[in-house]
Amino acid sequence: MGVETQFQDGFMTTTIDSVVNWSRKFSLFTYPFVTACCGMEYMAAACSHYDISRFGAEIPRFSPRQADLLFVVGTITHKMAPVLKLIYEQMPNPKWVIAFGACASSGGFYQNYSVVQGIDRVIPVDTYIAGCPPRPEAVLDAIIELQNRIQDRGPQGISGINPNQEEKVIPKARESKENLLLSRQ
Amino acid sequence: MSTEQEEIGNLTQLLQEQFPGAVQSYHQHRGDETVLVERSQILPICQFLRDDERSKMEMMIDLTAVDYIKESPRFEVVYHFKSLSLEHRIRVKVRVPEEDCEIDSIHELWLAVDWYERECYDMYGIIFKNHPNLQRILMYSQFEGYPLRKDYPIGRQQPLVEMRPVNERHDYGEL
Repeated sequence: MGVETQFQDGFMTTTIDSVVNWSRKFSLFTYPFVTACCGMEYMAAACSHYDISRFGAEIPRFSPRQADLLFVVGTITHKMAPVLKLIYEQMPNPKWVIAFGACASSGGFYQNYSVVQGIDRVIPVDTYIAGCPPRPEAVLDAIIELQNRIQDRGPQGISGINPNQEEKVIPKARESKENLLLSRQ
Repeated sequence: MSTEQEEIGNLTQLLQEQFPGAVQSYHQHRGDETVLVERSQILPICQFLRDDERSKMEMMIDLTAVDYIKESPRFEVVYHFKSLSLEHRIRVKVRVPEEDCEIDSIHELWLAVDWYERECYDMYGIIFKNHPNLQRILMYSQFEGYPLRKDYPIGRQQPLVEMRPVNERHDYGEL
């Protein structure tokens, strides 16, 4: 098919976006913002039993300037919210955010004077993980979901390179039905 | 309860002898005594409980408060003391009215009480007189009101950063 037929075996064609996104999705450097008991479950997911390094997300960076995936693990209080916002703003673009567990996603069962009712009230969030705490499988599922999102949309996800910019819908080879049909022919 | 009321514990008896009229009520449960004492006498009573040979409360275990919103006086400050050498405990309660919401600090007797009194002030707004640094300890300084008072609105939040608008979450559509 296409120009590949002109070369010998071992060549393939793709787009720059696709290759860059592919490398992005398998080199997620996480910043674990751990504030509560969900941290235990994050550790379980990060260690060798469940092993998020299989998805290229194994190195926790404890400086936001070296990270591109922010894991918000646990309850965020109103006192902590400015810190979270600062951490998010320190991260270089492109960057993504995962809300880990019920408290980070919605405030959980803390509907009171001190707890932010979901971190999306403070920073944009790409993927939410349900559970109190979530199982490690749910974490892996969220990472795979995020990887698909990165592959499809590149840095222009919800919290991507320019959060103010409207999301551009660029059909990518991976999911475009027409391309799939073409490749089968 | 009434039988327990009649039975008077050793520490309670000691306090009644030393501070006549200061003990307003008392009871004991499974060997642990509770006394309700006069607000003005709290500092000498604590000093006595710490220093007397028959009491020897070396350890301040806890200090907290209770908001009885329908009663008067409204607040009750609760102290827990323990004697490590004599192996007994006592719970001391003091009623504090809302309009004159202050009580003597006991930080000179036990240094550990410092942060407990700050927390109590933070959550209930009870002023501890002569405290060296009576500031909020858990909440931020911009916070208004006292969150554990029963008349603090249960849904009231005081964000420090601007809250982003989000879509309504609890819409599950047509089920």
